[in-house]
Amino acid sequence: MTDVSFLSTWALPVVFIGPLTAAVITFVLGARWASRLIGLLVPVMVFVIAVLLVLATIDGQVVVSQIAGWPGGVSIAFVGDLFSALMLGATAVLVFTSLVFAYAAGLGMDRWFVPAVSIMTAGVYGAYITGDLFNLFVMVEVALLPSYILMSRSGTLTALRSARLYLIVNLTASTLFLAGLGLVYGVTGTVNIAALAGLGVLPVVGIATGVIMIALMLKAALVPAHSWLPATYPYTSPAVTALFSGLLTKIGAYAIVRIIAVIYEPGQLITVIVIVVCVLSMIVGVLGALGEGTIRGTLTFQMVSGMGYILVGVVLAGAVGMAAVVFYLIHHMIVMTSLFLTGGTVEHEEGTGIIRRLGGLARAHPVASFAFMLGALSLVGLPPFSGFWAKLGVLTAAVDAGAAIVVVVVLVVSVGTLISMLKLGTGVFWGASKGERKDEQTPSDVTVVSVGAGATGTAIDVAAAVEAPPVTRWRPLLVIPGLALALLSLAIGIFPEWLLSLTQTAGESLADPTAYVTAVLGGDS
Amino acid sequence: MTLAIAVALLTGVGTFLIVRGGAVRLILGFILLGHAANLIIIAAGGTFRREAPLVDGGAVLDTMADPLPQAFVLTAIVITFGVTVYLLSLVARTAKQASKVDSRDEASGEAHDD
Repeated sequence: MTDVSFLSTWALPVVFIGPLTAAVITFVLGARWASRLIGLLVPVMVFVIAVLLVLATIDGQVVVSQIAGWPGGVSIAFVGDLFSALMLGATAVLVFTSLVFAYAAGLGMDRWFVPAVSIMTAGVYGAYITGDLFNLFVMVEVALLPSYILMSRSGTLTALRSARLYLIVNLTASTLFLAGLGLVYGVTGTVNIAALAGLGVLPVVGIATGVIMIALMLKAALVPAHSWLPATYPYTSPAVTALFSGLLTKIGAYAIVRIIAVIYEPGQLITVIVIVVCVLSMIVGVLGALGEGTIRGTLTFQMVSGMGYILVGVVLAGAVGMAAVVFYLIHHMIVMTSLFLTGGTVEHEEGTGIIRRLGGLARAHPVASFAFMLGALSLVGLPPFSGFWAKLGVLTAAVDAGAAIVVVVVLVVSVGTLISMLKLGTGVFWGASKGERKDEQTPSDVTVVSVGAGATGTAIDVAAAVEAPPVTRWRPLLVIPGLALALLSLAIGIFPEWLLSLTQTAGESLADPTAYVTAVLGGDS
Repeated sequence: MTLAIAVALLTGVGTFLIVRGGAVRLILGFILLGHAANLIIIAAGGTFRREAPLVDGGAVLDTMADPLPQAFVLTAIVITFGVTVYLLSLVARTAKQASKVDSRDEASGEAHDD
C-alpha cells in the first residue's frame, strides 16, 4: 500500500476547489492573457493529480476524502478509485486541447469564457469524485449552469433558441433527478452511493433509483431521450460543442455506470433495459448520422450511437464488460472531441459546416483532412486505432455474456458508422470542390444565424466569426488540438497494453464494489 | 396524504402547463414541478416527527425532525431559482432578438423560414 494521505487530505478536494478558485480569479482579471493562462493551467493541475491518483489506485485501492473529517457514512465523501482517476485524466486532456482551440478561435477575448469553462469543469471533475447522490446532483448543476451561458453566449437567435431548448431539457432532467433523490432518501434514509450498495435488489429502492436513472439517461442522450442533443449541440460555437461533447453527456454516462455498478445487482430486469436502450441508441444514432447534412449534426448523432456502445458493457459479463465500458468511454471522449475540433477548424476556415457547401478541402487543409481521417477511422473501429480495442472489448464482453443481439448490432452499426464517416469525408475533404457546385445556394439555418448576427453589443459574436473571416491570430493552433487528440487515439491503439490493464483493474473494482464501499463507509480520514 | 395529493396536483398542473406551450406557461410549469420535487424530499424525511433536532435540548430520535431533507430542499430551491431566473432572461432575450429579426425582414422584404 502506497501512502495516499496527501491525496485524501488535499488533492481530491483541490480537483473541485481549484477550478472554482480559478474561475473567481479569472473573472476578476478579465479577458487578459493571464486569465487565459490560468484557464490552461487548471487542467494541467488536474491532470497531474489524476496521474497521482491513478498511481495510488492502480492496485484497486480506493482513496477517500471524508470532507471536514466527519466519520464515514456521515460525511459527504470525495472518492477516487481508478475509474474516477482515469476519467479525471482524460477530461483534463480534453479541456486543455479544447481551450487551445477556443483561444485560437478567438473565444478567449470574451471575459465570461474562461470563468464559465472553469466552473463547468469544476462541476465535471466534482461529479467524477463525489460519493454521494445529492452531491452528484449539485455537481451536475454546477457543470450545467455555466454551460447554459456558454451555449447562449453568441447571442444570435439560433444560439438563443437552442440554448432555451437545452436549458428546458436539462431542467426537466434535474427536476426528475431531484424527485428521484427524494424517493431514494424516503425508502432508504441515505443518498450515499456506498451505503446504497446492492440495495437495488429491493423493488422500492430499484424503482426509486430508476427515477434517477431516467434523469441521467436524458442527460446522457440515450435513445429514446436523445433528440435534444442534435437539436442543440450543433448550434453553438464549434469550440463549445467540442468542449461539451467530451464533458457533459459523459457525466451522465459516468453516473449511470457508477450507479449500476454499486447499487444494482446484475441479472435483474436492468440487464434487459440497458441492452434494449443501448442497442436502440446505436441504431438510431447511426441512422440519424447518415441523414444529417452538416458536419456537427453528423457528429452529434455519432455521439448518441457511441453512448450505446459505451454503456452496453455495464450489464455484460461482469468485470470484462465493465473494463470494456471504461475503455470505450475514454476512447470515445478523445475521438469525439478530436472530430469536433477538426470539424470546427473547417467551420472556422470555410465559414460553414453544411456538407453540400464544402468539398475538396483536402488540398487546402491537408492537416485537418489527415486529422479527420485518423479520427474517423478510430471511430469506425479499425486497427491500429483505439477504437479497434474499444470495440473488441465490447464484442468480447458480449460474446462472453452470450448476448448475440449485441454482437450483431455492434458489427452492423459499425458498417453504418463507416458509411456515415465516408459520406462526411468525401463531402468535406475528398469529393468535388465547392467551386464546382457553388450555384446551389440553399436557405438554411446558417443564413438565419447571419441575419441575427451583429445585433449583439458587447457579446462576441461566434456565429459571425464562423461566417466572416476567422478571428484567428495563429491558424495552426486551430488544427493542432484535433490532430493531437487523433494522434493520441492512434498511440493508444498502437500501445494499448497500459490502458487495457488499467481499465481491466477499473472494471474489476466496478464489478465488485466491496473495496469502494468499505473505503467510503469504514475508511479512516 | 396531504403531501401526496399536493405533489400529484403540482406535478399534474406543472406538466399540463409545460405541454400547453408558451414561454410563461413553460416557466410556471417548471416552477410547479420544482415544488413537487421539493415536497417529495420533505415527505421523505417524515412529517410526523416535528421536534427540533437539538440533542442537547432533549430531543429524542423518535420525535425529532430529520434535518437532512431540509438541507437538500434548501439547496434545491436555490439552484432551481437560479436556473429559473436564467431561463426567464433567455426567453426575454430570444423574444427581443426574434422581433429584431422580424422587423429587419419586413424592412428588407425578405422571408425567413425559421
